[in-house]
Amino acid sequence: MHPAPSVIVFTTLSGLGFGLLFWLALGLPDVTGWVAFVFFAIAYALAVGGLMASTFHLGHPERAMKAFTQWRSSWLSREGLCAVGALLAMAVYGAALVFLEMRLATVGLIGAILCVGTVFTTSMIYAQLKTVPRWNTPLTPLLFLSLSLAGGALLAGQAIIALVLLPVAAAAQVAWWFRGDKALAESGTNLATATGLGNIGSVRAFEPPHTGTNYLLREFVHVVGRKHAAKLRMIALAFGFTAPFVLLLVPFSHFVALIAVASHLAGIAASRWLFFAEAEHVVGLYYGKR
Amino acid sequence: MLDQPKVDTSPKVSDEVRKTTCYMCACRCGINVHMKDGKVAYIEGNRDHPVNKGVLCAKGSAGIMQHNAPSRLRAPMKRVGPRGSGEFEEISWDEALEIAAGWLEPIRQEDPSKLAFFTGRDQSQSFTSFWAQNFGTPNYAAHGGFCSVNMAAAGIYTMGGAFWEFGQPDWDHTKLFMIFGVAEDHDSNPIKIGIGKIKARGAKVIGVNPIRSGYNAVADEWVGITPGTDGLFILALVHELLKAGKIDLTYLAQFTNAPVLVNSDPDSPEYGLLMRDKDGKLLVIDRKTGKPAPFDKKGVKPDLSATYRQAGITHRPVMHLLAERYMSEEFSPENVSGRCGISARRIKAIASELARVAFEEEIVLNHEWTDFRGEKHKTMVGRPVSFHSMRGISAHSNGFQTCRSLHLLQILLGSVEAPGGFRFKPPYPKPVSIHPTPHCKVTPGKPLDGPHLGFVRGPEDLALKEDGSPARIDKAYTWENPMSAHGLMHMVISNAYAGDPYKIDTLFMYMANMSWNSSMNTSGVIDMLTDKDESGEYVIPRIIYSDAYSSEMVAYADLILPDTTYLERHDCISLLDRPICEADGAADAIRWPVVEPDRDVKGFQTALILLANKMGLPGFTNEDGTAKYKDYADYIVNHERKPGIGPLAGWRTGEKGVSHGRGAPNEAQLQSYIDNGGFFVKHIPENCAYMKPWNMGYQDWAVELGLYDTPQPYIFDLYVETMRKFQLAAEGHGERQPPDHLRERIKKMLDPLPIWYPPFEDDAVDLEEYPVHALTQRPMAMYHSWGTQNAWLRQIHGRNPLYLPTKIWEANGFEEGDWATVTSVHGEITVPVAHMAALNENTVWTWNAIGKRKGAWALDNDAPEATKGFLLNHLIHELLPPKGDGLRWSNSDPITGQAAWFDLRVKIKKAQAPAEAQPAFDPIKSPVGHGPDQLTWKVGK
Amino acid sequence: MTTLPEKTQRKMGLVIDLDTCVGCHACVVSCKGWNTENYGAPLSDQDPYGGDPSGTFLNRVHSYEVKPLAESAAAQLIHFPKSCLHCEDAPCVTVCPTGASYKRVEDGIVLVNESNCIGCGLCAWACPYGAREMDAAEGVMKKCTLCVDRIYNENLPEEDRVPACVRTCPAGARHFGDLGDPESDVSKLVEERGGMDLMPEQGTKPVNKYLPPRPKDQVMAASEAEIDILAPLLAPVAEEPKGFIGWLDKALEKI
Repeated sequence: MHPAPSVIVFTTLSGLGFGLLFWLALGLPDVTGWVAFVFFAIAYALAVGGLMASTFHLGHPERAMKAFTQWRSSWLSREGLCAVGALLAMAVYGAALVFLEMRLATVGLIGAILCVGTVFTTSMIYAQLKTVPRWNTPLTPLLFLSLSLAGGALLAGQAIIALVLLPVAAAAQVAWWFRGDKALAESGTNLATATGLGNIGSVRAFEPPHTGTNYLLREFVHVVGRKHAAKLRMIALAFGFTAPFVLLLVPFSHFVALIAVASHLAGIAASRWLFFAEAEHVVGLYYGKR
Repeated sequence: MLDQPKVDTSPKVSDEVRKTTCYMCACRCGINVHMKDGKVAYIEGNRDHPVNKGVLCAKGSAGIMQHNAPSRLRAPMKRVGPRGSGEFEEISWDEALEIAAGWLEPIRQEDPSKLAFFTGRDQSQSFTSFWAQNFGTPNYAAHGGFCSVNMAAAGIYTMGGAFWEFGQPDWDHTKLFMIFGVAEDHDSNPIKIGIGKIKARGAKVIGVNPIRSGYNAVADEWVGITPGTDGLFILALVHELLKAGKIDLTYLAQFTNAPVLVNSDPDSPEYGLLMRDKDGKLLVIDRKTGKPAPFDKKGVKPDLSATYRQAGITHRPVMHLLAERYMSEEFSPENVSGRCGISARRIKAIASELARVAFEEEIVLNHEWTDFRGEKHKTMVGRPVSFHSMRGISAHSNGFQTCRSLHLLQILLGSVEAPGGFRFKPPYPKPVSIHPTPHCKVTPGKPLDGPHLGFVRGPEDLALKEDGSPARIDKAYTWENPMSAHGLMHMVISNAYAGDPYKIDTLFMYMANMSWNSSMNTSGVIDMLTDKDESGEYVIPRIIYSDAYSSEMVAYADLILPDTTYLERHDCISLLDRPICEADGAADAIRWPVVEPDRDVKGFQTALILLANKMGLPGFTNEDGTAKYKDYADYIVNHERKPGIGPLAGWRTGEKGVSHGRGAPNEAQLQSYIDNGGFFVKHIPENCAYMKPWNMGYQDWAVELGLYDTPQPYIFDLYVETMRKFQLAAEGHGERQPPDHLRERIKKMLDPLPIWYPPFEDDAVDLEEYPVHALTQRPMAMYHSWGTQNAWLRQIHGRNPLYLPTKIWEANGFEEGDWATVTSVHGEITVPVAHMAALNENTVWTWNAIGKRKGAWALDNDAPEATKGFLLNHLIHELLPPKGDGLRWSNSDPITGQAAWFDLRVKIKKAQAPAEAQPAFDPIKSPVGHGPDQLTWKVGK
Repeated sequence: MTTLPEKTQRKMGLVIDLDTCVGCHACVVSCKGWNTENYGAPLSDQDPYGGDPSGTFLNRVHSYEVKPLAESAAAQLIHFPKSCLHCEDAPCVTVCPTGASYKRVEDGIVLVNESNCIGCGLCAWACPYGAREMDAAEGVMKKCTLCVDRIYNENLPEEDRVPACVRTCPAGARHFGDLGDPESDVSKLVEERGGMDLMPEQGTKPVNKYLPPRPKDQVMAASEAEIDILAPLLAPVAEEPKGFIGWLDKALEKI
């Protein structure tokens, strides 16, 4: 899959943003007034910024409102509803904290559920796709949720929770990669089933239909060198999990926290780039690609 | 939940449908041009049309992009920079015609042969040749010489017609169809329609081709033959069929010259000539009397076996010579197997499959008919095996004899014109005897003494001057290639540059990309076009060129006459020319301007008429000096080739109103064509639709329509006496004698019975060093260089790798994305390669004419066609490597002069990928600029 | 309306004959022409005369080389046209967030209502066949409409009420009809020739079917296997020309 920067930025930032909102909704940390304002500002910047980024890849962002209509069948539509719901609930909850210094626990609970729901629905957009065997697994929501909550905890300054969740997320990440590398081969979809010609002999894509490129090749066929991918995985693990984990163990300072968050963000961005770039869409088979 | 949207399922399709003829290749299908707001909105096939019956290929469907191509020339131009720079100045038509007439009129008055007028993808040859004839130059031909003249000439000489325009398989009845190499634009849609019919019935297709793509990909049986050995393979099939007696004896005896007696006395000056009675009738032995009789005598039963001795000379039937030749071990499957790359067992299996279908699956149609001997037949017996071939076997230096071999095979099986076999399309069958002979007598200020192109009957018809030197610049109809029925366009520039046989003054060409993909030795030709002599003048002093588009050739001309697109012009696809008939009917068609040009351009034929009028050419001028025709449309309607016969057969003026075939001109003729969908067709009655050369019903029908003046029944020439006459000359008989250096070649190659010999390049190069055959073929979705300017088609074929078979791929350790240097004795190219397993193991190939020159066709300089695309032409020379005798030996068939494109031998080496395909050329300046950055094409609201 | 209909009244679709398709691309370009001028936005082309031309096509012809297992068997080339298969369980429809993608109840055609399309691309992600292409100029998803604006079009002669690709296919390798009706010509063809689904394991239940290539090179296989299936046909009447002429004489007697 083409690692589109807009989608990488969106899923990375909004995942983190909704993770932070989740913890805030539960009162972790239990802040009010200006401090709460700063926390909420960061969370909204991430969540809304991510959502804004996601509209950059739309052909017609001005029609985005229509995307709320198909929640019955579409995970993307559900994600939109959850995100808006979460942002609205958390706006009420946050405003009460900042301006009224009041914690509306029920609203917070609803907000927390919607935040998790947003991350979950986002993950299901990918996990539902049989066409991308690497994504088509319950591990995908697990990965997204654990990353979001771990990152959110890190941002929320919940060191203990982060120290628990970061290894969990790292484990989810490693498990996801491990499974992903075999996913296409084990999906049962290959050039023989794609063409139905397998019973004659071994099938090879001879020539693409056009010598010129097309949307499908640009969108779905992205080849990452194996060495390059391995390097990026190490970076993702080191920056996304190991470094923040270690930094959480050193005595707290805002600077260290900033480094930890920045490191985590960089690691997750690398992971997210790989999430797309390594994912094989079965349509590539028709083109003799992976 | 929202409701399902309402879709307008009956939108208006167009304001109007205008029906004309496609020109996206040479196939000439009928098209429906849907118009919206006066613009072309959509093009589809015309269901009523005899050629395509509604279907349309990729090229035809992309016509809208061709018609609107940014590469269209906009106005006449004169060259202002040096030749090849592409620097031009747009001028008016008045000035352009003034310049052209200023060059041509003095030539015409002094020596018309100083003009060489050659047309390329011309579909108006009966008109352009008429123009050239009236100008008086002998130097006229179209592109047949570098295309498929071997196929056409071998067919005409053998059986009075060949494939494609001449005939087609009986698609509705055939049970086994065997197809040899085919150029895709030759009968493109009809072959696909036919294969579709065969497939729908579950009948079988055998493909013989080194490359298993296209038709060969769907063939049930693929024979991946070694290039240039098709003739040998076919003669091995003949060998097997003869040995097994699986030939149609009745058919051979009645309808071919197999029973005709041949002088068999080596000492006789008429050795090898056919025996005739005092009226010139061919003689056979009548089995009923045992005595010689004219072949066409009523009731005669020609004997294939008996010999006859007269005045001490033994005469043997052709059949004896056939049996002796082809039963020889030389043609046994075991002997040819290695050379052809086909196992002996497989050759036998295919021979027996042919025999089985022809003789065990015979079909009988209950059509009563009467043959030319007056014998009535209750039925028509069919041998349902059919064949088709075009350039693949034709474009070799052994192509003529190979094509003859194929015709021999289908005639031996008795399938030609029989149900299920091969069927002629009117005006064919047409025996050689009613074709013209070539003419070349030049008289300053006067027309040539007759049509340029024709079919020689013997040395007396060669186009030689009194001193024996070639009369034509291309040396057609000389001892080098005596039966060159279509001329040798590929030799014109080379010969004109060399001044061999003489110098010319003006080269005038139409739709022929001679400085690029239509020439062998492209770089060499570019040099010839731009080279200057000691006095600083161009060696070829003047070049006039007409094209609709900014092709590579434009840059090399001094004066450009811009042509229209195919939707803006009048044309006639005439029965006098290269018709579009089907086996069941005679047909012709027109093009007409379904849109008017938005540029200062004229149809080339109209430009020629204006030029003729300016010079007052005979044939174009009334006795009072006024012009006969104002434009091509006027000519199409009013020209008469002979009284009552004009370019178009439909809707003429008969004695009692409208008539077809014969009749006086009719001013409303073009409108009648337009009203009828752009074409005219007259169907052949059922009992006349087969056995046409011998079927008096057909003969009479053809006379009535004006295809013949009188009935012309004939028998097929398995043995071509004309060729024997050239051999006799080479043996020293007769007045006209070949030069000594050609005697042996003529004796060997002009054998009156088909032979096989290795392609010339095999003898001229070291096969150890150059072991690989290199071929090109045309993609189905592109035609010549035209496809490049087509925004849709160039996405399908924007570059062309060289496809390598597994053996070569693995031996050189090639991987995807690699490049290779390909070398022939003539040149070297470095190009991208790709792997193809379904390919003859000693053959490489690529798509034809994808490579483009930077600056041509309104493409950007970084277009893949110009950076990765390439031409194989750089590896092929118009001459064979020098033999050390100081002579220029043309790389052509020694009988017809057909360019031997496919004789090419190369070697291949892995190469470092260069920045772009080599050789790379400097950009030429585009006279039309570059195309737009984006297309969102929609003309309707 | 992105939920799929429970059931469609008909299952209109294509049957593509891989035994007959010669790979000419006629269907590709005819489709491009019709759909550029008709339904929705034109199919645009970017850099059409430049170094990297790329446009929207709703139908493309791939080609595959198949090497049979038998060592001596020749490789085969199969041309493979591919467009939307109008799946019964079309994943592209259910993922659409706006309802722009839908499957018609009356005939099962999968369409995009372009005025509702936000161009998110998710439907193309969900399609295993590469049937959907985002138009770079218009920013909406384009796909095969099965020429919904032809097949019922009362402004066209009845015989032309078929998809443009079917009407133009020179070899007759494309067939159009109701695959939900077991008595239709297309259903019978599928039955006779063993029509198959592409990627059946994806569970999309394509309506379009592909007819597999018939077995190839059987004469070669027989000759390789040294089976003298046809030997009697080639039993010699003579080995030498002389004997042949003798045979000729006798054979002519019988005629």
